[in-house]
Amino acid sequence: MTSLLLEWLVKIAVVFAVLITSVAYLSYMERRVAGWIQIRVGPNRVGPFGLLQPLADGLKFIFKEDIIPIKANKLLYLAAPAAAIVPALMTFIVIPYGSEIVLFGKQIALHVTRINVGLLYLLGLASLSVYGIVLAGWSSNNKYSLMGGLRASAQMISYELSLGMAIIGVLVLSGSLDLVNIAQSQSGYWFGFLPRWNIFLQPVGFIIFYIAALAETNRVPFDLPEAEAELVAGYFTEYSSMKFAMFFMSEYLNLITSCSLAVTLYFGGWNGPGVNSHPWLSLVYFLVKVFLLIFLFMWIRFTLPRFRYDQLMWLGWKFLLPLAIVNVVVTSTVLLLAS
Amino acid sequence: MVPLSWYLALSAALFTIGAVGVIVKRNAIAIFLCIELMLNGANLALVALSGFFGDVGGQLFVFIVMTVAAAEAAVGLAIIISIFRTRESLNVDDADTMKL
Amino acid sequence: MERVLFIIFAAAAVGSALNLIAQRNPMYSALSLIGTLASLSALYVTLHAQFVAAMQIIVYAGAIMVLFVFVIMLLNLQEDQPRIEKQQWLRYLAVPFAAALMAEALYVFRNVKDIRLPAGSDSDRAVGATWSIGTSLFTDYLLPFEVTSVLILMAIVGAIVLARREDG
Repeated sequence: MTSLLLEWLVKIAVVFAVLITSVAYLSYMERRVAGWIQIRVGPNRVGPFGLLQPLADGLKFIFKEDIIPIKANKLLYLAAPAAAIVPALMTFIVIPYGSEIVLFGKQIALHVTRINVGLLYLLGLASLSVYGIVLAGWSSNNKYSLMGGLRASAQMISYELSLGMAIIGVLVLSGSLDLVNIAQSQSGYWFGFLPRWNIFLQPVGFIIFYIAALAETNRVPFDLPEAEAELVAGYFTEYSSMKFAMFFMSEYLNLITSCSLAVTLYFGGWNGPGVNSHPWLSLVYFLVKVFLLIFLFMWIRFTLPRFRYDQLMWLGWKFLLPLAIVNVVVTSTVLLLAS
Repeated sequence: MVPLSWYLALSAALFTIGAVGVIVKRNAIAIFLCIELMLNGANLALVALSGFFGDVGGQLFVFIVMTVAAAEAAVGLAIIISIFRTRESLNVDDADTMKL
Repeated sequence: MERVLFIIFAAAAVGSALNLIAQRNPMYSALSLIGTLASLSALYVTLHAQFVAAMQIIVYAGAIMVLFVFVIMLLNLQEDQPRIEKQQWLRYLAVPFAAALMAEALYVFRNVKDIRLPAGSDSDRAVGATWSIGTSLFTDYLLPFEVTSVLILMAIVGAIVLARREDG
């Protein structure tokens, strides 16, 4: 019992540290990718290739003045950043980031925990993450913040439906809500060379999932809650210093979680050639796949313009949701006929 | 182990608090929230009985209660918005005529 | 262990419920209700009802309550102004009413036999896991399930008719 508890604690600590570090370096990567796509330089002054830039940013955040507007609702204003970052940190524990490795003579499974309703746990926390944004928008007592909060809540409720419906296709195929089972069900090959990844069976589902994930993480082209040209900075207009940094971090954490979930559901999780003989490779495969999907997110961000609000609602309700429902019906019909 | 009666007592307490709220509150949204609280009190009793008797039926009732609550929230909040548009107030004492 | 968990979450549920009716600001009331919902979800897990616990968070806390908070923000409600109530005496009626209701509930529950909670199992087909809910929902409880879908359709139509502006 105590050794199990210790294993949990160590895993949680390691995952937490890795997540926080990758958030810092994602902000660096985002600016470098932006520079590369827009043919400019990006941060390159602090350290070699600007690699120490996240450290400098962190120090800057800590030393900035912490402002609480006089007319703000103080309690909720202070609670909102915490409400944003806590669900974002909690989601990652059910995602399997590798198969089983042997470390210090002990069999260690590379996931923090497994729950038989793991995917529902993840969706539940994702639906709670809207409160941080909504409360920030409401408590700041600022019209731009309020507009940002209203837009965020409408957008996240609308796209959550398409996200859930897109996932059902994968669930029907794998017959489990446990993410470890879903990853394991995608091992092996078709015809000897094509990996058994769900993306080949659910291409439409993946596209809907990916678009909905873009909207859920409030990224371009769906960044209306924080559209800087219209709303200053949206729901975190009034925030500064570490409170702003917490919103920033929760956004990148959600980005990591969405991409990890996409990899687990559609790209075979940690599966890849040679995983059975060298379990360490599974971790590498997982990280590479997640990195590529995050890069795609950034590519989209610096390529596409922002949607208008009515276009956003049109896309969510009149295109993605019907398409997701058709996808579920077709998947289950084919599965029924095939069995 | 936690006895079944504890769960039932908690469920009764939540239901009572909700019922008191419906009487005491004058804000339409707050009354609505208290109704949701009463539904949840009943749900807890259903889930507790379902768990203790090992019968899945109670959990399905909870599932259906949630659906009804969602439908109720959609219609109820729409009514609240239209009342607010005409009366500029959410006090239920102001909504004393049958016209919108 | 289970008792400690029960007491913690029961106290949180009752505390947030009392806060719900004590607050004048509807936003605080809504947030207190979310606290109650989350505590109840934890209690459902102790009763081995994982699927319902997850649904409680996704449907109640993640959708219904977001709708409430959205409307409170949309109407930009401030605190209720203290004002002369038309029916002040109703408030004082609430205390005996609550006592009567609680007494009635406890009277009904007086004969509850203390059976033991069956041990939870890790099987995918245990009561409370997704498989059991899905199978019963689409076999024994198919009619109620279909009826709720009709109810939801009516609610959608009703909500659109009510919230639409006439001139729009």
